Order: sequence, then C-alpha cells, then structure tokens
Amino acid sequence: MVALRKVACVEIGGTPIALATSNEAFLDLLRQRYDGFLSASRPEFELEFDLESARPASDDDVRVSREGDEWLIKRGDFHACWDPRSRRGNVRHTANPYSLDSVLRIVHSLILAERGGFLLHAASAICDGRAFLFSGVSGAGKTTMTRLAPPGITLLTDEISYVRPSPDGYSAFGTPFSGELAKAGENCKAPVSALFFLEQGPENRVGELSSTEAVRRLMRNILFFAEDQGLVEKLFATACDFVARVPIRRLTFYPDARVWDLVREFEPNFQGVPQHA
Amino acid sequence: MPENPIYIARSSAIAARALAGEMMVMNSADSTFFTLNAVATAIFQAADGHTPLREIVRDRVCEQFDVDPEQAEADAEQFVAELSGHGILLVSNQPLASEKPR
Repeated sequence: MVALRKVACVEIGGTPIALATSNEAFLDLLRQRYDGFLSASRPEFELEFDLESARPASDDDVRVSREGDEWLIKRGDFHACWDPRSRRGNVRHTANPYSLDSVLRIVHSLILAERGGFLLHAASAICDGRAFLFSGVSGAGKTTMTRLAPPGITLLTDEISYVRPSPDGYSAFGTPFSGELAKAGENCKAPVSALFFLEQGPENRVGELSSTEAVRRLMRNILFFAEDQGLVEKLFATACDFVARVPIRRLTFYPDARVWDLVREFEPNFQGVPQHA
Repeated sequence: MPENPIYIARSSAIAARALAGEMMVMNSADSTFFTLNAVATAIFQAADGHTPLREIVRDRVCEQFDVDPEQAEADAEQFVAELSGHGILLVSNQPLASEKPR
C-alpha cells in the first residue's frame, strides 16, 4: 500500500524544518499547534513522523546521545534519530503534542549549538524594538512578567527563548513553546538588549551580576540535552561570548506592572566585557 | 632527600575562558564550573606537564604575589588535589604529556 506523505514547514528562529507525515489527522494537529509558525520557505531540514499507538505518555528524562554521525533521542513516549549531515531525521511517537514539542526543541537545540545560539529557559518580549529576556528557575516569575506586560509589548515566549547570533550581537525570536500562559509567542525577532535573571522581592530593582556569575546562571538555564563533550564546549564558548556582548542583570521585582517601567527605561552603560580563550 | 616532584597538566576534557579578568574552567564531561582567583590562574596556566609544581609556585606565585613560600606550596598542593579530583588537572610524580584544553 502506498501512503501519501504530507508536509508542513514550520519555521522557528528563522530555521524552516519540514515535518512530514502520512497521517492526515496528525498533520492537522501539527498545523494547529504551530499556526503562526507555518512557512512557505524552502526547508533546511526534514523530520519524518511515524505514529505509533502503543507508546505510553512518559515523564522519563530524555536521553540524547551520539552514535556515529547520528543523534539518538529517546524518551518513553518517543524515539528519534537525527543526522545533521543529511539534515534529516525520523521520529516514532504517539500523536501527543508534548512529544512533538520535545522533539522539536531538542532538534533546534542541536542545530543552534552548532550555530552559536541557544534555547534558554526564559520569557522574552519586544519593547520599543528591543528584545528583553527574563530567565530564572521555575517559579521565579517568567510567566508573571509576561502577564504583567502592558499594551504595546510583543510577547515572544513565556517559557523557552530562541537566541541566535547576529552581526551586532544576538537576536531573540518568538517561539510556539509556551509555559503556564499556554499561548504561543509572536513569530518575529529583535536584537537582544538585555538578559535579566528574575528574583521576586519587596521592590522593583535592577542589580549587577559579575560576568562569571552571569555565565554560571546562563549555562544553568540553557536547554541542552546532548551527552557530547564537543558541543558542551561550544555552548560554553557561546555563553561566554553572550555575556561579553549583552548586558546581564539581576531583576528583583514585586509582581506589579511597574516593573515594566524599569525594563522600558533600561539603558545600560555597557561597553562589552573583555574575553579570551 | 627531596620529596618526589609533583607534575601537573591540564586535562583535555575541559574548556577554559578568561572573562573580565577572571578565569572560568568547565569540565565538559559533567559541566561543573570553577572560577579561579589570580594565584590559581597562574598555577593553572603554568600546568604544562613538565614543570614541577614547586617550580611553578616559586616562579609564578612567589615572584608575582606577596605570599609565604611554604604556605604557598601547601595551598598549591591543596588546590591541585581539588582540581584533580574534579578532572580538571592531571597529577603525577613523572612528567606528563601536555594535553591542550579546547
């Protein structure tokens, strides 16, 4: 029997990936989930999805390991392989949107690591043409910051920020990966003006962070799953470069909308940080 | 009779970077981080596998920093043992092949 493959091209962070399936219902799910990120661009990569009915939903930790030229990505509810050289991969999974998001996030994290970018546990938004990132552990206030955003702020994500290098520094892109807000970000980008590490407190205040503490916190919040020494080292170099080129501050905030006045008025006296390998 | 010399070399499984004048070292096998102060950085940078630790302390630490030589050597041995335990430095009583960190 011949099954017709159908393709939806999903472009996140300026990286179009063709998602191919022979299942019409799954294609509909893809289109609904990534509405706003569907693209007519020529795909740079392709992922083929084979649906299975028997895999249980899983809270297992994901394992991402290298076998020859391929990456193997395994969790209880899916099993994927990804070949960066051929730019193709295959995913066996249930028709579960969480599996789909997980696979896409991991593939993007691998692509980004090679390109000097990263996915960050952070909310992000565009304010007056400048992107701001708000990072922190679960409960630090990422979703709260996005809920407090006044009109005129463009939400890029309340959970997973997409960061790529650009000629002048770094750019943040909107993602469909949402947290508690359960709402996809806008599909647009802007140059990153600052990264704030969130801490809730009795008042709204911006504080300094040492460069080494900034690198430490950044590495702790970057999404990266691969057990691969070479890529971890690349990521470390990227984190150091980001800290050298982007102002990073501690943002203590009392959860009210006035915190956005601080963000809007943020003008760092920042000349960059000297670095060398 | 002098004690056996200690030789130290940087592991190849680390990444090191100086940022704003501070040296950060990461063990890429488990992503653990260390920030080195100026004295520790001097020892780390001199860990070439064939210069005895005592010479490193004498030439790189006592020459540049105002420290008591005996105390400096004891501190250096403790620092080396700690970083060795985390896989950052290799330690031997024989000269070591130099491993260049990435």
